Amino acid sequence: MQGISFITHNGRQIPRVPTELDWADRFGGWKARWTIGRMKYSVEPGIYAVGNPDADSFVYVSANYKMSFDRLRSQLAGRDGWILVLDTKGINVWCAAGKGTFGTEELVRRIEEIRLSEIVSHKTLITPQLGAVGVSAHKVKQQSGFSVVYGPVRAEDLPAFLDAGMKATEEMRRVTFPLKDRVVLIPVELVSWGKYVVLAAACFLVLAGLNPKGYSISVAMSDGVRAVLFLLISFLSAVVLGPVLLPWLPGRPFSVKGLWIGLAVLLAGGLFLWYHTNTADGRLIAAAWVLMIPALTSFVVLNFTGASTYTSLSGVKREVKIAVPIQLVCAAVGIGLWLVGRFV
Amino acid sequence: MARLQYLKNVVTLNLDADKCIGCGKCTEVCPHGVFVVEDRKARIIDRDSCMECGACQNNCPADAISVGKGVGCAQAVLSGAIRGTEPNCDCSKGCCD
Repeated sequence: MQGISFITHNGRQIPRVPTELDWADRFGGWKARWTIGRMKYSVEPGIYAVGNPDADSFVYVSANYKMSFDRLRSQLAGRDGWILVLDTKGINVWCAAGKGTFGTEELVRRIEEIRLSEIVSHKTLITPQLGAVGVSAHKVKQQSGFSVVYGPVRAEDLPAFLDAGMKATEEMRRVTFPLKDRVVLIPVELVSWGKYVVLAAACFLVLAGLNPKGYSISVAMSDGVRAVLFLLISFLSAVVLGPVLLPWLPGRPFSVKGLWIGLAVLLAGGLFLWYHTNTADGRLIAAAWVLMIPALTSFVVLNFTGASTYTSLSGVKREVKIAVPIQLVCAAVGIGLWLVGRFV
Repeated sequence: MARLQYLKNVVTLNLDADKCIGCGKCTEVCPHGVFVVEDRKARIIDRDSCMECGACQNNCPADAISVGKGVGCAQAVLSGAIRGTEPNCDCSKGCCD
């Protein structure tokens, strides 16, 4: 962060942060979306000032994930306030609240550690609503004397919330999952799973050369390259179209939505394949892909549940129990048929 | 586009109307509008939109709400199943935000 200065308040030196984000902040945020430096993208827990706060200025509670911190301070332009940063181990508010690190215990501890009552004369903490998963307002009051006021879900609604006298509209208190929020999650899914898909593709490329006479590099090149293409196209279709088309893909379970993507990929490529291969081994290979591709796309989209904003644990447990065994069996049989197809 | 909803009839959310004091904290913290307060008592109006985040249970001063809190994440469920533990997101892949 550039532009940090220090102010002196009640005899203490407190860092002041700007409310404008610079290119380094934005670049850092972009990198974090691509998992570059993601786990180290944090700020020091403690107390910060924005503007020229005094003992009556509001206190805003934040996680120490730098993206959370930046989102908050960029909405406080023209205001004077204090930002109380909790140690959430570089994780954003909602996830940290789920794990308990953005929670009652840490909040109370941090209030004591920075001696907040020596900084402000009031007893109010404006806390992001999603922090409620970990913060218990009545327990914080009991243990620290400070009252938690839940602000809006999104920092961008904070100015309107404050101007209305700390009143939130219903929309401010709702989490939605619009297209742009789904799309920004694609890079992290791509990078996390892409490694395994590339590895699998490499295995297929090498194994493709197996034939009854031993090994053939030319077959590895033709069949192997084709296998790599199928895998990559299927994976990319699932990891991009799953999030993008989420509301329109049929079925509530994510694994079913992923299945439809796999069937579409098969339709686009598989019919071509079937038509062009009359030999027994050709049909065997086609059958192998009919099993493997939907298994892969279904599994990839199933894993989008973790990044989504509305899936329950009970629902995911039910889905996993039913879908994963089916995906595993289809993948295993498909791989088996494909290997057998080398020797037929 | 209709509001996104996950599976039906699956969540473990429970509201004890006798204990409820109608403070409205649940309506304030719920990200999916599951509750409404009418006649000084809270009521579940959209059970299938519940994602079991636990914010309501956490902030109910009357202990009237119970829910099996957890993260709706397939990877957490799978890694828990493999290790023989509870569903666990180790967050090392940075899937959160």
